[in-house]
Amino acid sequence: MTIALGASLIILLIGWAGAALGLQYLLGVVLPLAAAVVFVVGFIWRVVYWAKSPVPFAIPTVGGQQKSLDWIKPSRLDAPWTNTAVIGRMALEILTFRSLFRNTNAERGTINGVPRITYYSSKWIWVFALLFHYSMLVILLRHARLFLEPVPLWVGVVEFVDGVMQIGAPRFYMTDALILLALLFLFARRLNSEKLRAISLPADWFALFLLIGIAGSGICMRYMDKVDIAQAKVFIMGLATLRPVSPEGLGHIFFVHLTFVSALLIYFPFSKLMHMGGVFLSPTRTMRINTRQERHINPWNPPKKYHTYAEYEDDFRDAMAEAGLPLEKQPEPKADA
Amino acid sequence: MYNAKYIIPGLVIFAGIVTLPFWINLCSPAYVYPDVAKPQGQVTLQGGSEPVTVNAGDACVEPGAWMRANHMSLLLDWRDAALREEKRVYVASDGREWNTSLQNTCMACHGNKADFCDKCHDQNSVNPYCWDCHVVPQGNNHEFK
Repeated sequence: MTIALGASLIILLIGWAGAALGLQYLLGVVLPLAAAVVFVVGFIWRVVYWAKSPVPFAIPTVGGQQKSLDWIKPSRLDAPWTNTAVIGRMALEILTFRSLFRNTNAERGTINGVPRITYYSSKWIWVFALLFHYSMLVILLRHARLFLEPVPLWVGVVEFVDGVMQIGAPRFYMTDALILLALLFLFARRLNSEKLRAISLPADWFALFLLIGIAGSGICMRYMDKVDIAQAKVFIMGLATLRPVSPEGLGHIFFVHLTFVSALLIYFPFSKLMHMGGVFLSPTRTMRINTRQERHINPWNPPKKYHTYAEYEDDFRDAMAEAGLPLEKQPEPKADA
Repeated sequence: MYNAKYIIPGLVIFAGIVTLPFWINLCSPAYVYPDVAKPQGQVTLQGGSEPVTVNAGDACVEPGAWMRANHMSLLLDWRDAALREEKRVYVASDGREWNTSLQNTCMACHGNKADFCDKCHDQNSVNPYCWDCHVVPQGNNHEFK
């Protein structure tokens, strides 16, 4: 955790100090555009790399009763055997995190004085993961106002719904609070449990710290250390039209936010965050569960040499007949007998 | 590569969505700062203990750069001060005193929503609910540049 925290603080420092030292062009133009290229190219590279791995076996996870005999009710979504059902399963997985919903927790305890381990359903991680991802989606959609001119109507609709409580000016958005809440829960979850702390790697903490840094700097820029949004849009449109304009006059916090986002984009293809693309390439979810209907043969199996019983009998027929063993095909009678 | 018939369209869709801002803006003209109407000439502010005449071009209560980023907070602070705490005098960062009033101070110079507020707000999709209650200012008592 220390390594990850240190790395995140270094990014924060780079953003702040770079802006203070007058490196606005480097941090504001060169870094984000380079990060965008790394993100797209890296993402494609990673997916192609995965796609090159063969999946010789049928390895889908069976989450319910498999289709078998007519009188046994199969579970269509948890053990899909058609492509349509697989799409349904994947849609539920991607939109509602169905497999995370099945999360269980194990706890040591005693029952009637006997030490026992108890497994129970634990939904909190599902709730907060859902909160985080949907808040992130809404926030990403809201940022479209800075990239598009004129601003499409749907952006206004998203903003209206998100800020429907009409608190303060600039309008308080619910997702700003929810994303931070969700991230802090996911952080506290790792921190709280001894088991999770032991298995958490720097990469686990770093992704959390980066996202907390992005959300935190963005919230700070909107509600506290404000920047002129009109100027920010002029600058961002300069990037989007590939005709960069001078970032002169934008506050330091803008560059902190931008540096965090660039760091995330660069880090993304090489990290666990690639589950965004990886979920589509999970053979345990995307394969049909039809192992009872179809025979799956590993294409890598070396060609086998078979010696069937018929061939065996051909080889030893005379000897077997002589020993009086039963034969499927009797030896041809000798011509001179 | 296996399953190319799914992977390649998927990657094309991904790259298309991610780079959408660049494609949409491919042929768009250079985006410039909204052309906000800047007030000019002498403006007389009513509503204080006595009318004050100021030079509208350089008379905003706080510096322009600060106002561009923070005017929304100032407006809410003024609302709270004037209506909830009955404090009608605002001491600016440079020591000048102003009558805390949207109608009499702000709108004396910025008296046209369409030419002033809406310029930035429309382009940045900002939809404050000021005008749910207040009357929309549509004209000005002085000339614009």
